[in-house]
Amino acid sequence: MPSTALPHTDHAPPPRSWYKRNEIRVTPWLFLAPGILFFMVYVIIPIFQSFSISLYEWDGLSDAYFIGLENYRELWDDDAFYTSLRNNLLWLVLYLLAIPAGLLIALFLNQTVTGIRLYKSLFFFPFVISQIVVGLVFSWFYDPSFGLLNVILGYVGLGPINVLGDENFVNYGIIAAGLWPQTAYCMILYLTGLNAVDPEQVEAARLDGAKGWKMLWYVIVPQLKPATFIAFVVTIIGALRSFDLISIMTNGGPFGESRVLSFYMFEVALSEYGFRMGYGAAIAVMLFLIMLLFISYFLYAMYKDEKGH
Amino acid sequence: MFPTPIAKTSRSWQITYQSILPLALILWLLPLIAVMLFSIKPEGDFVGGNYWSVPSRFAGFENYGRVFFDSDMPRYLLNSLLITIPTAIGAVALSCMTGFALGIYRFKLNLLVFFLFVAGNFVPFQILMVPVRNLTLEMGLYNTKTGLVLFHIAFQTGFCTLFMRNFIRQLPFPLIEAARVEGIAEWRIFWYIVLPLMKPAIAALSVLVFTFIWNDYFWAVVLTQGVESQPVTAGITSFNAQYRAAYHLMSAGSIVAALPPVAMFFLMQKHFIAGLTLGAVK
Repeated sequence: MPSTALPHTDHAPPPRSWYKRNEIRVTPWLFLAPGILFFMVYVIIPIFQSFSISLYEWDGLSDAYFIGLENYRELWDDDAFYTSLRNNLLWLVLYLLAIPAGLLIALFLNQTVTGIRLYKSLFFFPFVISQIVVGLVFSWFYDPSFGLLNVILGYVGLGPINVLGDENFVNYGIIAAGLWPQTAYCMILYLTGLNAVDPEQVEAARLDGAKGWKMLWYVIVPQLKPATFIAFVVTIIGALRSFDLISIMTNGGPFGESRVLSFYMFEVALSEYGFRMGYGAAIAVMLFLIMLLFISYFLYAMYKDEKGH
Repeated sequence: MFPTPIAKTSRSWQITYQSILPLALILWLLPLIAVMLFSIKPEGDFVGGNYWSVPSRFAGFENYGRVFFDSDMPRYLLNSLLITIPTAIGAVALSCMTGFALGIYRFKLNLLVFFLFVAGNFVPFQILMVPVRNLTLEMGLYNTKTGLVLFHIAFQTGFCTLFMRNFIRQLPFPLIEAARVEGIAEWRIFWYIVLPLMKPAIAALSVLVFTFIWNDYFWAVVLTQGVESQPVTAGITSFNAQYRAAYHLMSAGSIVAALPPVAMFFLMQKHFIAGLTLGAVK
């Protein structure tokens, strides 16, 4: 469109600015700009920086010097790293119990009796409380001298056991504390899912004689697939992010037996054990790579879903 | 409905169910009930080893009073508010825009940008820790609420974008097309058509972000250290150091620290659950 040298007449369209002509193409980027800027500076770029820092020996203050893969070689021989890795695996496996447990409670509560709404809210309660408070509450619950657990064990003639001070029990004790809010979250996902289960299919299956576990497994659970997917995502992420509970309940002890990678990384990089930023970054990279496996799978599932629409 | 509605089952099962329900709830909340009990017991009960019996007298007022007037707790609570509220506003504002851009417009990199936000939202915090701490130090924002807020806004934008974009996808698209035919500018479509329809999503995200940030501990420890800027999750650890073995005060303190998100949840329950379960139903 020749925009210059045209006489201004009433019936000619007014000259459109560059912005007007490209409005549909430019607008999304204008809207995205602040969000992308923030996300780049604080999330995406730091991921790459961590990779690079992991190749240095650096205390966070003086000059960093490049040591190549030396940090990773040190990890290879580091017992604490393997303990953390083993515990991460334990967390992952046991945390998944939140999914069936949440489904069970959701089935139990999926009724219409008076006050059930309040019951559902109160069952969900643990998820709303900060993990710090959950950790405190459970460390008192486990306390060997007065904790409720040992009081109860005492009634049946057992104990006392010092759950958080015993290397055989400590991880299970912390994971149980973590499962409490996580189960509540899975429960609420399944309650929402159950709400949307097609009643006609259930009736049809009933007429065909399906009931109990068979009904649950072949008719209900398949319909809960979207809820299960989300429960799976949040539980895996939650398991690998575990930090608060360990920090508040045992601080990694006894003898480092309850460390996981996220905690060990923090310990190495930012605590009295010294400020080893490079080594910490190397641990973080390992954790990131484990998470990346799951993230790729989640994104792949979401991508398939997007294309399906 | 599954399982079979209780009204259609035998009388005996109905009675059993009605009586199991409160028992199950008490069992489920037992650790919490224990803390509530602790928080209203007088100090003497603990000294006397009388942990689990009925409180010898009600000491709730004096315990909570000491938390509020005799410790740094009010300061920590205020810090938490000053961190949480700006973060919620910032993250929701940014994600309204990103969600609009990714939900309404079709362009080549749309899905890539979207997945970048989603993937970033899942990464472990530790991979960000050292660089973000350095960045905050370099900007002179270490141990300030602003430093914490800026990071939280950025990180929460990932989750919020996922939420907003999926929410906007469900809006009736013909509405926007009609507006375009009328020649309405794109930013006006955002402001006058889409934004009013996003109110439920904005409410849901605000309460969720409030809760997530209120309960954050990791970043509070990494980016702040003193009473002048630490939120209550980090503050509770120094509170506990101060009152070591004073279980009545530690319990009262924990309850106070946990209360705001709980209140938020009960006030905004519908939005809260809608937010958490987005995508759980197709």
